[in-house]
Amino acid sequence: MSVGSAAQPAAGAKAAGDGSRLFLFYNSPVGKKAVMAVTGLVGFGFVIGHMLGNLQIFLGPEVMNAYGMKLHETPPLLYGARTVLLGAVALHIIAALQLIKMNSDARPTKYAKVSPVTSSYASRTMWWSGPILGFFIVYHLLHFTSGAAHPNFTYQDAARHIPAPYENVVAGFSNPLVSLFYIIAMILLMLHINHGAWSLFQSLGLNHPRYTPLIRTVARTASYALLIGNCAIPLAVLAGVVK
Amino acid sequence: MKITLHVWRQKDRNAQGKLVRYECPNVSEHMSFLEMLDVLNEDLTTKGEDPVAFEHDCREGICGSCGIVINGVAHGPMPGTTVCQLHMRHFKDGDELYLEPWRAKAFPVMKDLIVDRGAFDRIIAAGGYISVPAGSAPDGNAIPVPKEDSDRAMDAAQCIGCGACVAACPNASASLFTSAKISHLGLLPQGQPERYERALNMVQQMTIEEFGACGNIGECEAVCPKRISIENIARMHRDYMNGAFSARPNAEAGSAG
Ligand code: HEM
Ligand code: SF4
Ligand code: FES
Repeated sequence: MSVGSAAQPAAGAKAAGDGSRLFLFYNSPVGKKAVMAVTGLVGFGFVIGHMLGNLQIFLGPEVMNAYGMKLHETPPLLYGARTVLLGAVALHIIAALQLIKMNSDARPTKYAKVSPVTSSYASRTMWWSGPILGFFIVYHLLHFTSGAAHPNFTYQDAARHIPAPYENVVAGFSNPLVSLFYIIAMILLMLHINHGAWSLFQSLGLNHPRYTPLIRTVARTASYALLIGNCAIPLAVLAGVVK
Repeated sequence: MKITLHVWRQKDRNAQGKLVRYECPNVSEHMSFLEMLDVLNEDLTTKGEDPVAFEHDCREGICGSCGIVINGVAHGPMPGTTVCQLHMRHFKDGDELYLEPWRAKAFPVMKDLIVDRGAFDRIIAAGGYISVPAGSAPDGNAIPVPKEDSDRAMDAAQCIGCGACVAACPNASASLFTSAKISHLGLLPQGQPERYERALNMVQQMTIEEFGACGNIGECEAVCPKRISIENIARMHRDYMNGAFSARPNAEAGSAG
């Protein structure tokens, strides 16, 4: 097949025997991708639920603020969800950075010409749609969760520090620049999920001619639903529909 | 017809390479791509220049020696076709083509369009075997194999080890190749004894060789001359995870056997 150089000897049957299983597992790209997939699935489930919760803004301030109140009055739910999500995001980012490095090291000399044959734009751009989403997540938390990046953050129950999501969202999105940034982030989320929500199954070893086409359709549909559902909120505020 | 080539020329492993422009004024549409390069090389030799080095052997699409990235596509524009089986009738008069070697850290360029694919050999050595009793040939049908399994194993076994999957992958991942080698043994009863250890060892070797990670992008499958499916990559992930968590180290294996 080729002229072999014995620079790196074959690993032999050693791998199955010694060393920490978890280390061995995570050390390979397959293990890192499994971590990406599980944490990405947590994120995927969250962004869907989060969008459905937020769409209640169209039902008026009472419903929206009552939803926020309910979350804050159920600490096990709120803090449980926050812990799982922060843990998942942290692991997702660590594995992503390692994979991005591994992949860029794997091709030190670039091609003069690259012409993709079948792959989607979304699949080839995960390595930058993801990191930008990371910055968006930080801004988003400072904006609507803590209020540190919100010029007029208000509370529905100041004593217990429970924010008023309806007023905060309307005030926040009234700034067209803020809305624009959210919309750009949602386009990136659409791209990231468009590929990610089917890719995660493949990473976990689930591919079957009977189900994979369906999974790919569901992933694509979910990504468009996220784009439309999430962008509807800043657009409705800018258009004065939600005020 | 007239074809303009920009060919990657590199003296040896350590030299700086560059794209060099060549005109091929009399290309027949009946020529194979490699025959066009043969003619170019004859011209270069007559002029006393160094011919373009490229790998080839069978020229019938079965050995896996050849491989050139043509205008950014491994093995060129025809799906399911090695570059030796690609004919000039698929190009137009006046076409300008960029010819580059497979690009991956694990495949260092040796000269011009030839890369060292020893990393593939070492991945195979790490697990591409089964345990069979030596001696006389086993009875042909002693072990029944369901037709569907043997078909899928044969599909995976078609991999000729050309390396186009690595070349086409934006991450220079060797997952399609490695998964084909893992699958064609792992799908058959004869491959069961080492199934999970094989996946562990071959994936580990793939990691050591510094190939990239699979992003499930699918460019590999699209350029593979043998149309190996990425379903094999999912099988590799399954077997690897199974192996990493459930396979027992040899010392722990049961003593009752
Ligand atoms: C809204 C939050 C996010 C969600 C829902 C999400 C979801 C996903 C999913 C489902 C995958 C597919 C995993 C697989 O192929 O097995 C993925 C891949 C990826 N994510 Fe995220 N992600 C999010 C944020 C991020 C962030 C903040 C980063 C930045 C570091 C990131 C970087 C990546 C990269 C680089 C990949 C591709 C990995 C590869 O194929 O090698 N993601 N993401
Ligand atoms: S999987 Fe296909 S592209 Fe990759 S080495 Fe085998 S035959 Fe070549
Ligand atoms: S030369 Fe043998 S496959 Fe092309």
